[in-house]
Amino acid sequence: MTELGSDTLPSVGQWQQILSAPPVWRVKVQAASWTSAALALRDQGGRLLGLWGEAGHENAFFYIHALGLGSTGYLWITLTVQSSEGQFPSLADIFPAASRMERALYDLTGIRATGNTDTRPWLRHQCWPAGIFPLREGQLDGRSFGVDGDADYPFQLIDSVDVHQIPVGPVHAGTIEPGHFRFSCIGEQILRLEERLGYTHKGVERLFQDRDVFAGARLAGRISGDTTAGYAWAYSMAVESIARCEIPPRAAALRAVCLERERMANHLGDLAALGNDAGFVFCQSQFLFIKENLLRENREIFGHRYLMDCIIPGGVAFDLNSAQIATMQRNSESWQRTVQRLDLLLQEHSGLRDRLVGTGKIAPARAAALGMAGLAGRASGQAWDLRVQFPHAPYQNLDVSMQLSPEGDVAARWQLRFREFYESVRLQTQLLLDLPGGDVSATIPESIPDGEALGIVEAWRGEVFVALSVENARIKRCHPHDPSWVLWPVLEEAVLNDIVADFPLINKSFNLSYSGHDL
Amino acid sequence: MYRILKEIWRLGIPGKKIISAKGQGPFRRSAAIRHVDAGSCNACELEIQALSGPHYGLEQVGLNLTASPRHADLLMVTGPVSRHMATALQDTFSAMPNPKKVVAIGDCACTGGIFAGSYAVVGAVEKVLPVAGQCPGCPPTPEAIRQTLVQVARQTRS
Repeated sequence: MTELGSDTLPSVGQWQQILSAPPVWRVKVQAASWTSAALALRDQGGRLLGLWGEAGHENAFFYIHALGLGSTGYLWITLTVQSSEGQFPSLADIFPAASRMERALYDLTGIRATGNTDTRPWLRHQCWPAGIFPLREGQLDGRSFGVDGDADYPFQLIDSVDVHQIPVGPVHAGTIEPGHFRFSCIGEQILRLEERLGYTHKGVERLFQDRDVFAGARLAGRISGDTTAGYAWAYSMAVESIARCEIPPRAAALRAVCLERERMANHLGDLAALGNDAGFVFCQSQFLFIKENLLRENREIFGHRYLMDCIIPGGVAFDLNSAQIATMQRNSESWQRTVQRLDLLLQEHSGLRDRLVGTGKIAPARAAALGMAGLAGRASGQAWDLRVQFPHAPYQNLDVSMQLSPEGDVAARWQLRFREFYESVRLQTQLLLDLPGGDVSATIPESIPDGEALGIVEAWRGEVFVALSVENARIKRCHPHDPSWVLWPVLEEAVLNDIVADFPLINKSFNLSYSGHDL
Repeated sequence: MYRILKEIWRLGIPGKKIISAKGQGPFRRSAAIRHVDAGSCNACELEIQALSGPHYGLEQVGLNLTASPRHADLLMVTGPVSRHMATALQDTFSAMPNPKKVVAIGDCACTGGIFAGSYAVVGAVEKVLPVAGQCPGCPPTPEAIRQTLVQVARQTRS
């Protein structure tokens, strides 16, 4: 790989394409080119997908990785930082979403981003002493942490007698994941919202280390339970790239069936929960009813209600027979008819429209500046859908239709879920009609060669990627990345013109992952 | 009769008799449940949400999910008790009035599951709170969760 010392942008010839399903360009840079590469990416209309760190041998040096997405494909930029330097230039001014990733990177590896004025801990709470960096070698040996709560996190508060604060969480009123929200309000109007996450931090990245790639697949499927198919596929894609293994076409098609069914199930669940948050229980019952039928069919046909462990490195762990395919086709058609009926009915419901339209709005220009993507991004006019722009097998042949809306409010995210549900039903129908014959998995050798690769898929919430590096048939470093990293800061802005009572609705319309973010 | 047949046709449950929480335990006719996610991957939450759907009729068996620990009889815990949630979990339990019981839902809450041994998790819920019932599974089905809750609610001794 090329090392670049000059402060000019590396020319195309110096980028190296790594073996991976999507077109990933990889380059190692030095500090001066780090910032200019990020600037060039932004100026071309690209986005930052993720930023993560890796400790080198005996903590003598560190790799700082950034993954960007431009019009020509993925750019994986790696900066080497010596431990004597201990810092790297921040990208937070170029990509706002980088700020929290840099804070998390410091908490885990101890390398500070210079230029990022926010130096508060992000994933680290008080039970875990400052100066301990779990992803460094040998830092955890013989050490055990306490369970102290996060009592004195310095929130950025508005100092005025007219402003009151509402602390919410980490234990919420509903059945949702833990996180803390600090509202500063004047009357009912939200003046500022600040999130405090990290409550579900489970040390997943550390747990990956030293596992073999097969044990890693099970863990990858449990990073965020609602996106298990997405993570398992992204992870498996990375493993297959390293093993130089091509999966059979039938396996690829069946994976896509899993991914689309996961999208359908989650969209139905979100429509139910949004209805409930708007005080419309009819809506909740109707959508939960269809979702439950889908989950039961999953259990009967795929063996798991949420499709956990269905996608494995090399292929899939199940197969479909013609009777099962016929059942799936018949049922999805009937669900589609029911959802269409509800769609028409709810579009006319003035009480519901009153809550949804204009609430939690992010205009397209702002969405672009914040680097939004995924379902929430498409609802704010950001045309990113990997199944359309960088399709991998089997999506090249499916002609996926990207669903877009320029409105950017809760109603747009609500409506987009209907449209993506219909599209997923269409894709599933198509996939099952053209299901290729043959094996459902290829063999991954136990002695997998050393290497690093990237797996990336468009899961229901947005693009999920897994960056994997393998050494001596063991996982050396695995970084799973959720689209929630980019979208959580957007939520802080989306609530600004609304009242506190609208927050649950706006939050639900994004439905971001805590577990996938806190890792 | 027509309604029963229609229910079976709609829900696919062939006339299974649902055991209710109504018993001689401390909660008598009903138990209110507070749920705390102590670092779960959110699959257990999806199943708990499914419990409130029309297929399961949680309230029919005398159980309901409550928004405040002050109103709760049962504490339903999911996840491998991440260190960052341990204090909040204990605070939630202390805020509940007596008599009260804790139910561990899912493999992670029962044993630490796939996350056991990580620097950031405590492990099974019983390391932090006294557990009266466990429901293993990754995630456990809504039916299994409902059954465990009913059993614990009917226990006579805490």
